[in-house]
Amino acid sequence: MQGMLGRFLDGDIFHAFKRSPLVIIASAIFLVIVLAALLAPWVAPHNPFDLRTLNLLDAFTPPSWTERGNKTYFLGTDDQGRDVISAIIFGSRMSLVIGLAATVLAMLLGVTLGLLSGYVGGKLDAFIMRVADVQLSFPAILIALLIDGLARASLPKEMHDTLAVYVLILAIAAAGWVNYARTVRGSTLVERNKEYVQAARVIGRHPLAIMFAHVLPKVLGPVLVIATLQIGAAIITESSLSFLGVGVPPTQPSLGTLIRIGNDFLFSGEWWITVFPGAALVILVLSINVLGDWLRDALNPRLR
Amino acid sequence: MIAFILQRLLQGIAVMLVVGFIAFSLFNFVGDPVSLMLPPEATQADRQAMRTSLGLDKPFYQQFVTFVENALHGNFGISLRLGRPVSTLLVERLPATLELAMTAALIALVAGIPIGVYTALRRDSWFARALLTTSLVGVSLPNFLIGIFLILIFAVWLGVLPSFGRGDTVAIGAWTTGFLTTSGLKALILPAVTLSFFPLTLIMRLVRAEMLEVLRTDYIKFARARGLSDRSVHFRHALKNTLVPVITIAGLQLGGIIAFAIITEQVFQWPGMGLLFIQAVQFADIPVMAAYLCLIGLIFVVINLVVDMLYYLVDPRLRIERAAAGGH
Repeated sequence: MQGMLGRFLDGDIFHAFKRSPLVIIASAIFLVIVLAALLAPWVAPHNPFDLRTLNLLDAFTPPSWTERGNKTYFLGTDDQGRDVISAIIFGSRMSLVIGLAATVLAMLLGVTLGLLSGYVGGKLDAFIMRVADVQLSFPAILIALLIDGLARASLPKEMHDTLAVYVLILAIAAAGWVNYARTVRGSTLVERNKEYVQAARVIGRHPLAIMFAHVLPKVLGPVLVIATLQIGAAIITESSLSFLGVGVPPTQPSLGTLIRIGNDFLFSGEWWITVFPGAALVILVLSINVLGDWLRDALNPRLR
Repeated sequence: MIAFILQRLLQGIAVMLVVGFIAFSLFNFVGDPVSLMLPPEATQADRQAMRTSLGLDKPFYQQFVTFVENALHGNFGISLRLGRPVSTLLVERLPATLELAMTAALIALVAGIPIGVYTALRRDSWFARALLTTSLVGVSLPNFLIGIFLILIFAVWLGVLPSFGRGDTVAIGAWTTGFLTTSGLKALILPAVTLSFFPLTLIMRLVRAEMLEVLRTDYIKFARARGLSDRSVHFRHALKNTLVPVITIAGLQLGGIIAFAIITEQVFQWPGMGLLFIQAVQFADIPVMAAYLCLIGLIFVVINLVVDMLYYLVDPRLRIERAAAGGH
């Protein structure tokens, strides 16, 4: 373990990491947001969902440094007297959970289909790639909207509310599997003709075992890079859907829901209810994208 | 050429059938259309009559054929939420969305290409770097946030531009346009700029990358060696050759713009198809969802077809490759 850490600290990736101040800042910000999200119940100054602590008299308090500000509410409060910064911490927790879960699910789906497509080939390959082509010509947000709309129309209202988060994760994942499938299929086509795969076939290993135990580790590199870049996109899709009012229910707000709530008060001068969750979303996505971009360049030997 | 177009056409029709099938399934299997369309106090006989009149007692494939026939005639039934024919609603809303999307596409092209060229030619200047960094931030900004920030600045704080609706419109036949009135044009600015942001950054980065690539080639060196002016080398020789991929991407982006208009229309309460669709999703208004799906599917298929053909016409290399690959 000691040796691995030492090798990592000495290696190219860490070296590239040390050289870029932007990447260091981005990862620091990302770490802070993740920690705050993980420890939300302890870090947040207030619990925005505990109705007993909410006081409608506190509603629309502006940020603490402004004239009518109140020291207890650093970034002010929203229309129901919820502390904005606490809502942001809980909201980014929701956004992160959905973004990560959707990315992992899309990755599992895409990698499996890509492996099958590349290894089995033939009609299955043609079918999977046709579906991928068609899906790729439609934007992800449209597909996610459609799946969400389907769930909304087919499930009873109460059931949909409890399942909303899962439906959303499924919708975003279903809209994002194509990238993984195409990449994995491409590398699998190359790998399947190599000697180690032929050897495994000759000794009679099951095709599924060959796919997942032998080919998969070889094709995983680019997949992880795509995944890092997709987390940001998944978070944006989630917040867009929540902003449109078809995402998570208002009882478990994500950053997108908070922005939607605040948007109604933009004209009455309560800008802080929208602007701070908006800024939090931008900072979160930007730091993830900077990290993803850097990881892609660092892992790509051609660019060194 | 004809074989290629035919192949693409068949592919397009196949996609439309799949989209149609999804829309049809929405119609018939999600929720019960009979109970959706009848008042709650309807009797069993009413239900049976409704089933027969909707053709729901017929076999499955026959129902699908009827659905396709109706769809081809533009008949998608009645909106559950608004109680009006869906086709009328869509036709009413179509001009607003198309005008918004076209303006956004125009802004993206007119601003994106020069900025891309500039950042490629002066790649080390601080201004080019600043533009490039801004574009990276632009990719990380969700569309609706750009809209909200623009509203906050130009509508709330400065109060110079309207933040919702289309302003006054003029009807030309069935088409209502906002291009001919001052309030219509003013109302168009913020949503169009918001919507153009993403394709703009994309086109700009694409033009920059292509320009850098082309400027490295031998024929550019040769053109310089011939003593041609910088202007002629950059614009007549280099830029011209970068435009093929730009046309393709810009064309494909048009579909994306129309789809992303859903979000922009919600932010600015722009009375287009996207706003209609999102309200339909919120209220589970199946006929509107199904019709919007078919229409947007058609728009995408047509755009892809046109772009494919343009590409084929503009780039002679592609024709040779295809011929060599056996007409694929």
